[in-house]
Amino acid sequence: MPTFTMRVFRGDPRGGDFKEYHVDSDEGMVVLDVIHKIQATQANDLACRWNCKAGKCGSCSAEINGKPRLMCMTRMNTFPEGEPISVAPIRTFPLIRDLVTDVSYNYEKARQVPPLRLKPPEADGTYRMMQEDIDRIQEFHKCIECFLCQDVCHVIRDHDLKKSFAGPRFFIKIAELDMHPLDTVDRTEFVGKQAGIGLCNITKCCSEVCPEHIHITDNGIIPMKERMADNFDPIVWLLRKFRGQRKSPA
Amino acid sequence: MAKNEYETHEHDVLVIGAGGAGLRAAIEAAAQGVSVGLVCKSLLGKAHTVMAEGGIAAALGNVWPEDNWQVHFRDTMRGGKMLNNWRMAQLHAQEAPERVLELERWGALFDRTKDGRILQRDFGGHRYARLAHVGDRTGLEMIRTLQYHAIHQGIDVYMECKVERLLKDDQGRVVGAFGYWRNTGKFVLFKAKAIVLATGGIGKAWKITSNSWEYTGDGHSLALWAGADLIDMEFVQFHPTHMVWPPSVAGLLVTEGVRGDGGTLKNKDGVRFMFNYIPEFFKGETADNEAEADRWYTDKKNNRRTPDLLPRDEVARAINAEVKAGRGSPHGGVFLDIATRRPADYIRRRLPSMYHQFKELADVDITKEAMEVGPAQHYVMGGVRVDADSTAATVQGLFAAGEVAGGMHGSNRLGGNSLSDLVVFGRRAGLYAALYAKDFGGPLAVNGAQLDAIGQESLEPLTGSGNENPYAIQAELQETMHKLVGIIRRESELKEALKKIATLKERVKKVRVEGGRTYNPGWHTALDLRSLLTVAECSAMAALERKESRGGHTRDDHPYADDTWGKINNVLRLRDGAITLTREPLPQMPDELRALLQERK
Repeated sequence: MPTFTMRVFRGDPRGGDFKEYHVDSDEGMVVLDVIHKIQATQANDLACRWNCKAGKCGSCSAEINGKPRLMCMTRMNTFPEGEPISVAPIRTFPLIRDLVTDVSYNYEKARQVPPLRLKPPEADGTYRMMQEDIDRIQEFHKCIECFLCQDVCHVIRDHDLKKSFAGPRFFIKIAELDMHPLDTVDRTEFVGKQAGIGLCNITKCCSEVCPEHIHITDNGIIPMKERMADNFDPIVWLLRKFRGQRKSPA
Repeated sequence: MAKNEYETHEHDVLVIGAGGAGLRAAIEAAAQGVSVGLVCKSLLGKAHTVMAEGGIAAALGNVWPEDNWQVHFRDTMRGGKMLNNWRMAQLHAQEAPERVLELERWGALFDRTKDGRILQRDFGGHRYARLAHVGDRTGLEMIRTLQYHAIHQGIDVYMECKVERLLKDDQGRVVGAFGYWRNTGKFVLFKAKAIVLATGGIGKAWKITSNSWEYTGDGHSLALWAGADLIDMEFVQFHPTHMVWPPSVAGLLVTEGVRGDGGTLKNKDGVRFMFNYIPEFFKGETADNEAEADRWYTDKKNNRRTPDLLPRDEVARAINAEVKAGRGSPHGGVFLDIATRRPADYIRRRLPSMYHQFKELADVDITKEAMEVGPAQHYVMGGVRVDADSTAATVQGLFAAGEVAGGMHGSNRLGGNSLSDLVVFGRRAGLYAALYAKDFGGPLAVNGAQLDAIGQESLEPLTGSGNENPYAIQAELQETMHKLVGIIRRESELKEALKKIATLKERVKKVRVEGGRTYNPGWHTALDLRSLLTVAECSAMAALERKESRGGHTRDDHPYADDTWGKINNVLRLRDGAITLTREPLPQMPDELRALLQERK
């Protein structure tokens, strides 16, 4: 049974540092297992978030060897033996303690997104939607809100423009609502002004770290930027009017 | 007392728990125009509902027009071996379709039929394909939909907040809750005219479970400590299919949808062994040969259901027996094979999470090889005794919905009936709690001295002189429940379990954790142990009392179902500091509903 050297960040807003722990690894272990083992046997108070341990709840986000990942989906046998493995909190958000950060920014942004407003239903009170019309949106519905995309986004991480920028998670949330076949809300102004999509310069860092492999940039952000541009195109605007695809403002 | 300082929030309705039931309750209460607070132990949207995979059961009749609430009611009652609260089963079957359509109106995108309606899939114990679903991540879709609907309803959400105790006034009404913020460790008082419990289950009392750290029986214990009745606590569901290897992922759920979509269980000799385990009770509706079982997927009128989709208790027992007889897989499970039965692209489309999960965590490609699976603790049928229509508990001002409530599923829950339970009874809980709050008379008065005592007790693990490790006690409890209160039980072992629980209860008093009050999981674990040990004791007590085998309670020493026991609920109460058990008659259903159970259409 190999022994791993783990360098886990311990600290709070006043300061902190990496602390070394040595842990025996069982077959198939993931980083979260190792953290739990440290908790149970060496540091009862080591703070971390987790819930499902199956890559579905997005609670255990951390920076493992500097890379933003889910601890529950990162297997120990992917690291070279003998080298220490560092585990740090996602550092874009204010630290609470050890591996736990204050992610309330994301919940504030979530509330600002104008919600769905559906067309009236069919005569029988239900809706009809074709599978092919929702297939594209299902990709965005896979989001587990781990906020790794938010963590790695330069606009939030390096420039700290939290106030004027919603971040990749909420661009695909908006995309998901906009692409809903029955939605009637126009979020164009929101996307441009409050969500600040113009600040994104498409470095695709968000897509790279997404554990659900959502094409955040290619399928979400870029088409949204294009739609924004289209909105100022008088011909497209006229066509849209002609075709009757007008949406009511949010 | 400076360290027991606390902040105070006041609401008409306080909902504890923000999974499917809690969110739906909060939404409904807010719709009634009352002020609503929603407390959750984790961040919003992380509750265990997120883990639900296969789907939400509702007799929409989109795939099989023959389906209706009566058939769903019948399946639910038979799945629960007739121990269900009939009225809950009826309301559930009648209201589930409207709740599913409501989720769609709020943005949920279920997989579609060819004509654009909600597609439904086969699941164990359901006569027709009945589960609305989104691939195999239905729970995620549901919680996200409810979450994003709820945040626009003016509900105050208190995240990462844990309630330690419910508070009553002089008239014996529940009027508040006292707890702490996990972030800061500071205390918080909620004053509320009505409280809805939606805290989920008790799975963390077992070693191998699909449940997350949150499932420590908080709501069950809060209710019991406040004087409310619990029922049916002996009935624990061991879902038949979870990953068994590698060890670190043991207990990770493998959706019943694998079998619903054509997967079959095999032992190490390649035998589809479920045909050898068809109980008398289900013989009439279950195929006894492979050809008929395979035809059933496409022709339900002329064929009987595959035994792979018997209710969960039956399948879990069968797997257990195969492994015991030495016919299991290399890592102590059995094989679940969909690779040889369905095309690879079909599997990836229908079961994307399963594909991903096995690939990433076990290096197994489920489109090419069989999965190794085995049973794990998954759900508790027992819970807070409630009035079927209003979800009111037996203490005034307290309501309960979802897994924390008992009665709906009888002795065994059918797959897919949990998500529907959450929204059907979540809505009812929110509605009736709001109506109760509107009628609430007199002052909202909590006893301050009580708060100091709870605060003091909560801080003991940080200040006491003991040396017990909370994680070690938790692990011992899990081992005990796993070995002695597992799938197959017997009197001597249950008695041993109760003795062990008693010693652990003593040891918990001596728990000591390092660190302070700021986000300290050691401290949180120590506090959760109190509720965890309470529900473990309830479960073992009720299991010892029930001398028969039924649903999620199998007794080696009483292997058959007993008609007398079939009319009894075990009721647990806290009286003078001790948990007491009484047998009480099961509510009897009216004749017109009983007639539905006889029919075999």
